[in-house]
Amino acid sequence: MERDDVIEYSLDAHHSEEEGKRIRKKVMKVTVILSVLTMVEVAMGIIASGWAGIKWEIIKYTFIVLTMIKAGYIVMIFMHLGDERKGLTWAVLIPYFFFAAYLIFICLFEGATKMP
Amino acid sequence: MSSQANKEMDQNTLWGGKISPFSVSYGKMMMWFFLVSDALTFSGLLIAVGFFRHKYANIWPVSEEVFHALPFLGHAHFPLIYVALMTFILIVSSVTMVLAVEAGHRMDQKGVQKWLALTVIGGLFFLLSQVWEWSHFIHGSDIGALKVHGEVLRNYDVNEESIVGHGVIAQWAGKDGKKLEYIENIEANEEQREKLEHLTHELHHSSDIYIDDLIPIQKEYKALMKELGLSLRLPSADKDGKYYVLTPEETVKAISTGKPVFGANLYENEYGAKQYGQFFFFVTGFHGFHVFSGVVINFIILLGVSKGTYQRRGHYEMVEKIGLYWHFIDLVWVFVFTFFYLV
Repeated sequence: MERDDVIEYSLDAHHSEEEGKRIRKKVMKVTVILSVLTMVEVAMGIIASGWAGIKWEIIKYTFIVLTMIKAGYIVMIFMHLGDERKGLTWAVLIPYFFFAAYLIFICLFEGATKMP
Repeated sequence: MSSQANKEMDQNTLWGGKISPFSVSYGKMMMWFFLVSDALTFSGLLIAVGFFRHKYANIWPVSEEVFHALPFLGHAHFPLIYVALMTFILIVSSVTMVLAVEAGHRMDQKGVQKWLALTVIGGLFFLLSQVWEWSHFIHGSDIGALKVHGEVLRNYDVNEESIVGHGVIAQWAGKDGKKLEYIENIEANEEQREKLEHLTHELHHSSDIYIDDLIPIQKEYKALMKELGLSLRLPSADKDGKYYVLTPEETVKAISTGKPVFGANLYENEYGAKQYGQFFFFVTGFHGFHVFSGVVINFIILLGVSKGTYQRRGHYEMVEKIGLYWHFIDLVWVFVFTFFYLV
């Protein structure tokens, strides 16, 4: 039975053999990057916390930056968001970042207010 | 609308209104929007964790000291290695999922089948790891902690600053209510200090002590504490940053009547703030439920792939859509790993 109400077909649903090879190479590269970043994070947690003179804040921000890099690779390469039309990319990212930033803002600024 | 019709489009791609926003199918776009809303749910949870962590800053456990065991190795000290391993399992299963999607684009049925099956196995491994971690957290350490006045006293600062009581290394205050920095600062004669150091040493270096073995040591301690007039200082400060210090009499009473706590549940947590346990169960549980449903849906789609449903349909978009969901699970875990375990 053919249904015309549900269309499950989009552009870029197929690619050739050579293109597949190129994509697989990129996937392997990203895998290595993600694994190495995770190992670096764990090693930092173990080693760096014992270093004298280094502020825990610096380590914390490094963790957050590394996490953002990991998230970027997952979203842009694994989820192919980077290969979609620009409009879809922004339609996904802008609402998310807007609300997430608002949540963080409200927590940091209103969360610390003391009631009179 | 410049975002569409950059490429020549197949008639089949068009939605009901005969256009195709962003050149994607309806299903894929809705999956993206679902993921945005789900991502906001997780953001809310993790930001709430941050909020409570600040509120209970001085009794919030350090994850590296809670999750440091590995299966079959008892209570060995490998901080966060097991969680890192779980992260790695999830990243690998995400990779096999990308490869399944890639094989689908080449209409390679055998390839999709192989990679999707590996993804299901990876997901199951992750779930089992989580079961082990939950049970380890629920059972807690051998030594446990002492609950006094609703607060948990624990030995996570194993150094001279702390003195042992009831299998617990608690912080003690001198007669003037100030925290004792070092054992040497305690006003005691040589004999008493030696005794104190001996007792402390005895407990520091024996991780296999159970409550029964503790009682004789405890008795000696109690006598010594009474003699020295030391008192217990509760770990969490009030609004003005002041710590509650028990009187010496209350201290002796607290040590003998305090309730030992082992592991964590929704009501108490051996490692510190009970909110830590509550958030641990809710955040990893909610994520784990996503993994569970992901594994189930992956399995159903694997059946479809094996039967050739998508081969006949002419495209593997179904795999691509569940792929998006599966990568999202990996993405969330990356954030949970950082904001719950690492930071």
